[in-house]
Amino acid sequence: MTSLSRKLFRDLWLMRGQALAIAIVIASGIATFVMSVSTLDALQSTRTQVYTDYRFADIFTSLKRAPQQVIKRIEAIPGVREVESRVVAEVRMEVESFPDPVIGRLVSIPDHGESKMNALYMRQGHKPKANKQEVLLSEPFANAHQLKPGDAITAIINGSRQKLRVSGVALSPEYIYSLSPGAMFPDNQRYGILWMNRKMLATAYDMDGAFNDVVLKLMDNAQATDVIERLDRILARYGGVGAYQRKDQQSHHFLSQEFRGLETMATLFPAIFLGVAAFLLNVVVTRLVNTQREQIAVLKAFGYSNSTVGLHYLQLVLLITSVGVVAGLFVGRRLGQGLGNIYMEFFHFPYLDYRLATSTILLAFLISFSAAIIGTLHAVYRAAKLPPAEAMRLEPPVRYQESLLERSGVKRYLSQPSRMILRHISRKPLKTCFTILGIAMAGAIMMLGKFQGDSIDYMLHVQYDLAQREDLTVSFTEPTSRRAEYELARLPGVQYTESFRHVPIRIRFKHYQRRTILQAFDNSTALHRILDSHLQPFDLPKQGIVLNDYLAKLLNVSIGDRVIVEVLSGRRPTLELEVMNTVGEMIGIPAYMHMDSLNRLLGEGEAINGVFLAVDQQYQDTIYRQLQNRPRVAGITITDAAVQSAHDTMGETILIFTFVNTLLAAGIAFGVIYNSVRIAYSERSRELASLRVLGFSHSEIAYILLGELALLTLIAIPIGFVIGVQICSIIATEMDSDLYRIPLIIESGSYTFSATVVLVSAILSSLIIWQRLKQLDLVAVLKTRE
Amino acid sequence: MQTKTVFQARGLTKIYQVGETEVYALRGVDLDLYQDELVVLLGASGSGKSTLLNILGGLDIPTTGQVIYDGNDLVKATERQLTDYRRYHVGFVFQFYNLIPSLTAKENVAVVTEIARDPMTPEQALEMVHLANRMDHFPAQLSGGEQQRVAIARAIAKRPAVLLCDEPTGALDSSTGVVVLEALARINRELGTTTAVITHNAVIAAMADRVIHLSDGRIASIDQNTEKIAPQRLSW
Repeated sequence: MTSLSRKLFRDLWLMRGQALAIAIVIASGIATFVMSVSTLDALQSTRTQVYTDYRFADIFTSLKRAPQQVIKRIEAIPGVREVESRVVAEVRMEVESFPDPVIGRLVSIPDHGESKMNALYMRQGHKPKANKQEVLLSEPFANAHQLKPGDAITAIINGSRQKLRVSGVALSPEYIYSLSPGAMFPDNQRYGILWMNRKMLATAYDMDGAFNDVVLKLMDNAQATDVIERLDRILARYGGVGAYQRKDQQSHHFLSQEFRGLETMATLFPAIFLGVAAFLLNVVVTRLVNTQREQIAVLKAFGYSNSTVGLHYLQLVLLITSVGVVAGLFVGRRLGQGLGNIYMEFFHFPYLDYRLATSTILLAFLISFSAAIIGTLHAVYRAAKLPPAEAMRLEPPVRYQESLLERSGVKRYLSQPSRMILRHISRKPLKTCFTILGIAMAGAIMMLGKFQGDSIDYMLHVQYDLAQREDLTVSFTEPTSRRAEYELARLPGVQYTESFRHVPIRIRFKHYQRRTILQAFDNSTALHRILDSHLQPFDLPKQGIVLNDYLAKLLNVSIGDRVIVEVLSGRRPTLELEVMNTVGEMIGIPAYMHMDSLNRLLGEGEAINGVFLAVDQQYQDTIYRQLQNRPRVAGITITDAAVQSAHDTMGETILIFTFVNTLLAAGIAFGVIYNSVRIAYSERSRELASLRVLGFSHSEIAYILLGELALLTLIAIPIGFVIGVQICSIIATEMDSDLYRIPLIIESGSYTFSATVVLVSAILSSLIIWQRLKQLDLVAVLKTRE
Repeated sequence: MQTKTVFQARGLTKIYQVGETEVYALRGVDLDLYQDELVVLLGASGSGKSTLLNILGGLDIPTTGQVIYDGNDLVKATERQLTDYRRYHVGFVFQFYNLIPSLTAKENVAVVTEIARDPMTPEQALEMVHLANRMDHFPAQLSGGEQQRVAIARAIAKRPAVLLCDEPTGALDSSTGVVVLEALARINRELGTTTAVITHNAVIAAMADRVIHLSDGRIASIDQNTEKIAPQRLSW
């Protein structure tokens, strides 16, 4: 080891506290980076692999019923590689010892051989045998009810109760994330996917020689939109509801949405952490070079070159950085695996291909080194360039002046120690600003964890307490007359009913278009209400259409514009409607119309798709049983269960996210605060010791040092709030999608939490410095020149 | 001939542990300092003069021995009592001034008067060292001699019982040093503050009432100057 490297390690040892604090900040940044990037990598590569291996389809559509020959015409569409027809049906199910209504989606699989597309990954058991009443269960559903091959479940298939034996448990690329229709969060107890042999299912639903669902695989150079247009044209007369691409497929769409969130995390957080680390390194190395001027001079006087000296300090920087990166890699890998496992609870991949890619490791080093070098370039360059003769001389005395605040006239109220604080802070305004910014950043990050929880709570509150106030939603297999509502209203325990009509539509304005659901209600808004942007319920106009404001944004329409609405069911009329208003809802992108107006335009008479119910809790189970026996009931949604599943889903992810965030932000807070006060301590230990000699007590000199810290911290906390709100708003905007919009809701708890963590970090750093001040060597300072 | 004893030090020994060897800084020093007198402690580097001054100033504690000030033994004082002692009773002047760079001359004095009992005003103190016109300058804007005079003003503003000066001219050239010594002599004369100046510069001894020679941690000799020479006439 050369003497210079020995010096390197000893210097590092002497400044170990500060070096550690910086390394912690770097480690925090790299940990978030590695966690998000590696998880994203794992999820993306797994998805790609699963899509390829299990031949995930490119185009999806469902229809009412078409004869099998139509497939030939679909196959003839230019660009289509393969077509597979299916029979798909939503059924009510009964699972032993689970009283709530359960909905199953039965999907046909070929009687013989593999599916051409959306092939299944068999987790347990075997595929259903021909001519046997057997089904495959999706793994999440099987797990939720602890069902295994050999168990039995009951499904109400086309009105008749049938016992089905579970032959196996499987996963499909089509249902990596599965939601029941209209739900926002998965509920694996009340909704599951089942696969059944085609023949069996077709017979039950009168689909022999016919199909009601079709999936396509395209050629590489095919234009998806062209294919969809032709496909829709072919299927229009068979009740096609409009085809969509993979990007609009529910499971795929959710995955992509989640990936986008991870991408934001992978860029935003490391950027903040490494920015802070670069600043800390800058401060520490600048200080180090200043204190080592004489050493630099001696080294140069003895013939060390500029580059050797520069490199020496650069090595120090890179060594600290490396410690941080390596620690960050380890922690990030663990967090990544943890996060991957959490995702696996919601995303049902057959496996997760988690590994820390070499490229991620290299990138972690690259960005950290770049940040470190950028942060210290100036200081290192100064050390390298310092002429030996000048370095031998003392640093010129520090010039102070009265601070702005004092000049404004408050000076006479300030004690000398208070003046010292103000002047020290204002002497290097840039450094002071960065210190405040660093502390503020830590506070800002701290606000994120709770923000997500608060926002989702708010979203759920708006959705389920203010808008959807029904206890149960009953949907029918097909449009039904109003009589159905009156029948339900007469069930014992039903207190109130409201009916609704849902039709799938494609809505267009200029060249923009979207598929969504048009929901129609009467203006009896006791249960289900439409809320304006002030969350006040309002009446649907008797004419025209009301759009969700995000839908309006996607279509670029304003109130008063006329949009084209293609109804994708029934007689499939195309309507031109005036946009009467917009609705500030946060979930989905529905459009609304008054029931009378929709029925009039559809020309199908007074039809409804379902009923909202308010029920007496005592009668709930009886009502479920009554509903189960009604053949036209397709599904029953329990509002409370939906809220519960939302909480369950979000609860876990957000808790983990908050925990990780808190840990990391506490790392930043401590790193910045400790370094700031530690440097102030070493810069000022001489004058503090002088004051001790002049008769100042320990707490009086501590005031000068810690008072400065307190002032900076107190300034930083509200700035942290402001930045925190900004970052939350960026995240909320980044996460915006047609699935949901995260409202910017920051409860007082977030502010308290952020301030508390910053204050605790400040107090902890203060305690360390308080102890150090006790050991201040009073005699030594009198004998030395600075 | 002197009336009142300000300090009474008896049997002061100070041993520093340097690695595995013990270094004797003081080896049994007995010393009295009297009211109004100006004493010069003269000795080579390592003779123990700074250690002695630090002990008298309450900055350091002897290994054995006692220092009686105003009836109390400083050696037995608590940290808090030592702080109070430095705060109210002792004025310090250091070789490198040790001014607070962020405070002006006046504020450097005020930093002490704000915590003292019955101090003079910073203006009065600075007037005594002829620096009234440089009051609002920051240390970086003052020459070495001026800085040291500010340090003296700061030390005497609390009207200390004793003024301890550790190589006050050590960092100054001869002519500037003389101006600083004049200030010390004038304060000793006008305020009657007991003043102890430690130096290795034998020339300065001529301005003292008594000269205490220290060597190898012991008092080698004590000379009584029959005739004090005014600092203006000194040079080195």
